[in-house]
Amino acid sequence: MALILDLAVQGTQMVLVLLLAPLLIGFLRKMKARLLRRQGPPLIQPYRELARLLRKDVVLATSASWLFRAAPYVIFAATWVAASLVPTFRTGLLFSWSADLIAIIGLLGLARFFLALAGLDVGTSFGGIGSSREVMIASLAEPAMLMIVFTLALVAGSTQLSTMAGFLVSSEVGLRVSLGLALIALIMVAIAENARIPVDNPATHLELTMVHEAMVLEYSGRHLALIELAAALKLLLYISLIACLFVPWGLTHRGASLAVLAIGLLAYLVKLAVGGFLLAFFETSIAKMRVFRVPEFLGAALMLGLLATLLMFVSRSL
Amino acid sequence: MHSLTFDIAHLLAGSLVLVSFMLLYQDRLYALLNVYALHALVLALSVAWQAYAQDAPHLYVTAAIALVFKAIIITVVLHRMIVKLGMHREIETVVGIGPTMLLGMTLVALAMVVMLRVTAEADPLAREDLAFALAVVLLGLLMMVTRRNAVSQVVGFMSLENGLVLAATGAKGMPLVVEISVAFSVLIAFIVIGIFLFRIRERFDTVDLDALDRSRGGGL
Repeated sequence: MALILDLAVQGTQMVLVLLLAPLLIGFLRKMKARLLRRQGPPLIQPYRELARLLRKDVVLATSASWLFRAAPYVIFAATWVAASLVPTFRTGLLFSWSADLIAIIGLLGLARFFLALAGLDVGTSFGGIGSSREVMIASLAEPAMLMIVFTLALVAGSTQLSTMAGFLVSSEVGLRVSLGLALIALIMVAIAENARIPVDNPATHLELTMVHEAMVLEYSGRHLALIELAAALKLLLYISLIACLFVPWGLTHRGASLAVLAIGLLAYLVKLAVGGFLLAFFETSIAKMRVFRVPEFLGAALMLGLLATLLMFVSRSL
Repeated sequence: MHSLTFDIAHLLAGSLVLVSFMLLYQDRLYALLNVYALHALVLALSVAWQAYAQDAPHLYVTAAIALVFKAIIITVVLHRMIVKLGMHREIETVVGIGPTMLLGMTLVALAMVVMLRVTAEADPLAREDLAFALAVVLLGLLMMVTRRNAVSQVVGFMSLENGLVLAATGAKGMPLVVEISVAFSVLIAFIVIGIFLFRIRERFDTVDLDALDRSRGGGL
């Protein structure tokens, strides 16, 4: 019985992230539009776009190989698994033994690898530019992310997300400068990884600013729908990750009653909305930076991560 | 686990190291001075917290000196000075921010390894203060080495001095007389450097210190 309940909760989470991801994108677009005093598209616009894309035929380039057709499914699957491993409203999920932070980074790395390959596959120059830039950003973002993971693992004594969230919500944490540094670094990495504004503009097809869009330019129909959904899931994943690690209040535990679960769910929705609003606010108040300044931006994230780890060592050794 | 006293001291001293990195990173002169004011402010907070933690009222005087002299007077004077020199909009071409940052990280790691080994028996509060203070001093030195502009070298020097003050407050029992005399000697050094700045500028029409090397007969 307990197993079935656990399975149900895990299944709920998997469906929940899938359903919420487009809504988050819609909310973000609406907020950005409202901040610019525009009306903005309705909240459910991303669902409509996805439905329309799923109905359309796929147009393939003559030079496309099997890899080009397989890549969207791999990207979507890897991102979905990663997103459903992050505790959203309840810790101690059925699969949480595998919800290791490093494993999640590995899954996202797998998705990115296939996206970059797919960008190169057709052989257009746009795709090549996009792929090379994406890999450049990734080569800087991943070390920064790993430094953040090390810091958090040193604080919590585990890389397992459920354990970490459980430790961070307890009063043993105290006041730590390392956690603050790790939070700022994680936000910077999340912005770069999700191709949000100072690094990449998700709303344009301009040649000079494209990273993510350049890679997926050749995709159409259901393939494009899967890639767009994977991108939305990735954004949801990062916001959930930040919420789970740094604002873990409201996360319920294993064996909580249904009412408590509902409160946890509500808290999660509020966190997502706040995260989405803050991102929209940040994006409207800042200009996009040149591609060649991205290494500096991510270098700062890497430095913050390193500094956090160093400070952690000091306070641990005393 | 640690007490809240230790955690707050750790937080403030850690922030001081972070602001040192911001100084190293910032290449606009006007913003650099604002960051320096922040550096002095964090120092003042850190010293005040040490005064509270050690129950040593004379450290409040040190904190007040840091706040009034460094965060307000020196910053305002430097702001005026660079406006007068007409270089408040200048962007300094720092030699590679990336390598400088990595070097800075190495220095911080070095400071921690050295200080934590050497002071094994001391009080935790003093130990971590000394480790961070050494890091701030080394970062100040690094800044003086990597910058070419005289004003940013002065800022590097002042941040180095902030590190010394942090070390002095961490180690219990530094007399107030020493502290005041240190503060005044820095102030006098600051005035002398200021006069020199104007002299350099009168002579060479720039405060880029490469000009001095050229006048002496070609850099290296």
